[in-house]
Amino acid sequence: MPNDTLSAMRQSIIEGAPDTASSLAQRALSDGMAPIDAINNGYVPGMHDVGEQFARGQMFLPDMMASAEAMRAAMAVLDPELRKLGTERPTAGVVVLGTTKGDIHEIGKILVGTMLTAHGFMVHDLGVDVAGEKFAAKARELKADIVGVSALLTTTMRNQKGVVEALETAGLRAQVKIIVGGAPVTRRWAEEIGADGYAKDAMSAVSLAQELMQRKQQPELQQFM
Amino acid sequence: MRPPLHRLGMRPKLELLDKPLIERILEEAFQLIDDPGVRVVPYVEDLLRAAGITVKDGVAHIPEALARRLLDLVPRGFCLYDRLGKPAVHYTGDTVHFDPGSSCLNILDPDTQQPRPAMSTDLVRLVQVAEMLPQFAAQSTAMVCNDVPQDIGDWYRLLLVLWYSEKPVVTGAFSAQSLHTLIDLLAVESRGRENLRRNPRAIFDVCPSPPLNWSEFASQNLVDLARAGVPAEIVSMPLAGATAPVTLVGSVVQHAAECISGITIHQLAQPGAPIVWGGAPAIFDMRSGKTPMGAIETVMLDLSCSQVGKYLGLPTHAYLVAGDGRFVDAQVEMESGISTVLGALAGINMISGAGMLDFLACHSIEKLVIDAEAIASAQRLLEGVQPRGVSLAVDMFAQTGLQGDFLKLKETRALFRKEQHFPSSVIDRGLPAPDGTSPDILQRAKHRVDELISTYERHALPSDVEQELIAFAQRAGAAFGLKGLPGILNPDLAPA
Repeated sequence: MPNDTLSAMRQSIIEGAPDTASSLAQRALSDGMAPIDAINNGYVPGMHDVGEQFARGQMFLPDMMASAEAMRAAMAVLDPELRKLGTERPTAGVVVLGTTKGDIHEIGKILVGTMLTAHGFMVHDLGVDVAGEKFAAKARELKADIVGVSALLTTTMRNQKGVVEALETAGLRAQVKIIVGGAPVTRRWAEEIGADGYAKDAMSAVSLAQELMQRKQQPELQQFM
Repeated sequence: MRPPLHRLGMRPKLELLDKPLIERILEEAFQLIDDPGVRVVPYVEDLLRAAGITVKDGVAHIPEALARRLLDLVPRGFCLYDRLGKPAVHYTGDTVHFDPGSSCLNILDPDTQQPRPAMSTDLVRLVQVAEMLPQFAAQSTAMVCNDVPQDIGDWYRLLLVLWYSEKPVVTGAFSAQSLHTLIDLLAVESRGRENLRRNPRAIFDVCPSPPLNWSEFASQNLVDLARAGVPAEIVSMPLAGATAPVTLVGSVVQHAAECISGITIHQLAQPGAPIVWGGAPAIFDMRSGKTPMGAIETVMLDLSCSQVGKYLGLPTHAYLVAGDGRFVDAQVEMESGISTVLGALAGINMISGAGMLDFLACHSIEKLVIDAEAIASAQRLLEGVQPRGVSLAVDMFAQTGLQGDFLKLKETRALFRKEQHFPSSVIDRGLPAPDGTSPDILQRAKHRVDELISTYERHALPSDVEQELIAFAQRAGAAFGLKGLPGILNPDLAPA
C-alpha cells in the first residue's frame, strides 16, 4: 500500500483537518485500498500520535477536538464501505455516556465521548439529566460494555450512585463496567458507590476504558439476559 | 490655589475596560439575548409573553428596550442585616465585602491536611472562626455536610449558620422546593416574612447554565426570590473556550447577557426586587480541562464582568480569593492573595471564595485564616494614602529637624494605628513565638484557628426562636431520616 497515502492520512489526523481526512479516505477507496487498512495503518496511528503529544503537553484540547473531528470525517467515508463488504470495524467497546440526573453540564462528557470515539469505541451519548433507569435501559439495548456518568455539582454527584443501583436492579451489573467523572468526583467517591473506576479527564477516561475492556475479555463473560 | 488637605487622597481603584469597550460589550449582550435569544422553561414563559417577549421553542427573544427598562428598576443598593438588625453588608457603589466560599463537599482535615468529606462539625467550626474575623462581613453555607441527608442538606446548612452566627449569610438553593424551605427557616429566625423582607438576613446565589440557559430550578428561584423580597445574586459562570467564547471579552459579553436576561425574568416577577450582578466566570484550561479559579485570566474575567455591572449602576459580586492548589501552600496563597487585592481594587461589593482551594472542591479553615490576612491587607490598601493633620510632613520635620526622632513625636503615637495595619500571629513579623519555636505559616494558621475557636462565644437566639428552629428542623427533617441535629449540641438545653 502506498506509504505516502497512509502517512498523509496519519498527518490529517494530527493536523485536525477533516476535509483532508475525508478526501484521502475517498481516494484510498478509489485506489482499491481496503478500508480496514486505511483505518488501522493510516488514521488510528494518527490518533495515537495525538494522544502522545497531548500527554507531553505539545497538543491541547482544541487540537484534540479537531483531530477527533478529522477521524470522524474519515470514518464517515470508510464505515459504509466496511458494511458493504460485510465487515465492521472492530470496536474497542460499546459505551453509554450521560450526565447524571439533575445535572445539565456536559462539557467534560462531550470531551470524553469525543476521545472515546476517536479511539475506536462506539459511544452513545444520552445527554444531560439522565436517570439511572435510562442508563440501564440503553445499556441493555446496546449490550453496552461500559456506562460513563458525569456530574459537575456536589448535589447531583450523589445521583451517580443511583446509576450503579439501577444497573444492579436491571441485572446488568456483572456485564457493564461503570466509570464516573466530573469536577467534584474523586477516586474515593467512585469506590464508595461501587463504580469500577474514576477518570479525571478525557484521556484518562480512554485509558481506563481500554483497561476495563481488557479485564472484560474473560472466558466466563456473562451474557445479557 | 491648592486644594485643602482634607480634599486630597484618593480611593485606589482598578479598571480593566474603557467606556467604549463596555458599551460595545453591552451592545453585543443585548443583541445576544434577542438573537439567538435565551433558553427558558415553561415556568416563566407566560411571564415573559405577558411583557411582550417572543418565546418560541423554549427560546425567549428579549428586546433591548424592555431589558433596559427593567435594568433601570433594579435597586442601586441594598443592605443585608445582622441578627441584631444592624446593616452589615452594603451592596452599593464601591463598598467591598468578603465571605467564605460555599457548597464545598470536602474539607482539608486540620490534622492530616488531606481532603475528606466535610461534616456538620466542620461547618460549625468554620462558621465559628469566620464569626471571630472582622474581615468577613458575611457567612456562607460553606460546606455540604455529609452526615446530613442529602435531600435536606440545603436548609440544614443554613440552620447551622443561623444557629452559630449573627452575621448575614450568602447561601443558595439547589432546587425550587428547597428554596421555600430556606426562606421559611429565615422567616422563623426573623420572626416573620415581613421582617425578613424589610431586613434581609441572607442573599441567594442563582446560577444560569452557560451558555444563555435558565434552567427550571434557577428560573423558579429567580421568580420566587423576587416575590418573597429576598435578595438574589446572579452567579453567571461562563467558561472561556468551553461554554463561552474563548476570548475574555467574549465571555464578558456572555456574562452580561446572562445577567441581563436573569434580571429581566426577576424584575418582571417583581419590579424593584433586589438583585446583584454577580458571577464565577473562569477560563477553561486547554491542557487539563480544569477551570482554574486562581488563573490571572479568571481574575480578569471577574473584574471585567463586575465593571460592566458597575457601569450599569448595579450591585456586584464575584468569586475570588480561591486557589487551585490541593494544599495550603505557596501556590494557593499566591493565587488567593493576588485575586484578593485585585478584587478589592475593583470595588466588588461581595467577594466570595475565601478558604477554598483545589478548584473550589475543598475548604480549609487554616486557609481561611490566612486569606483573612490578605483580606485585611486589601482593606488597608483601600484606605489609600491619606493626608492626616495640618501638613503632610513639614510640621513633623519642624519638630525633629535633621535628628529624625520621629518615634518620639505625638503625631507618631496618635496616628500609627491609622497608618499601619497589624496582622495577627498568622503573619510572621519577626516577633518570637511564646514557646521559642519557629512555626511555619500552616502551623501558625492552625494555632490561630484554635485560638479563635477558644475565644468564640455563641450568642443565643431568643429562646422561643430557638425552640421554633429546632421544631422546624425536626419536623422538616423527619421525613428524610434526619437523626438528631448534627452540629447542634444539646438542643434541649440552654445554648452554650
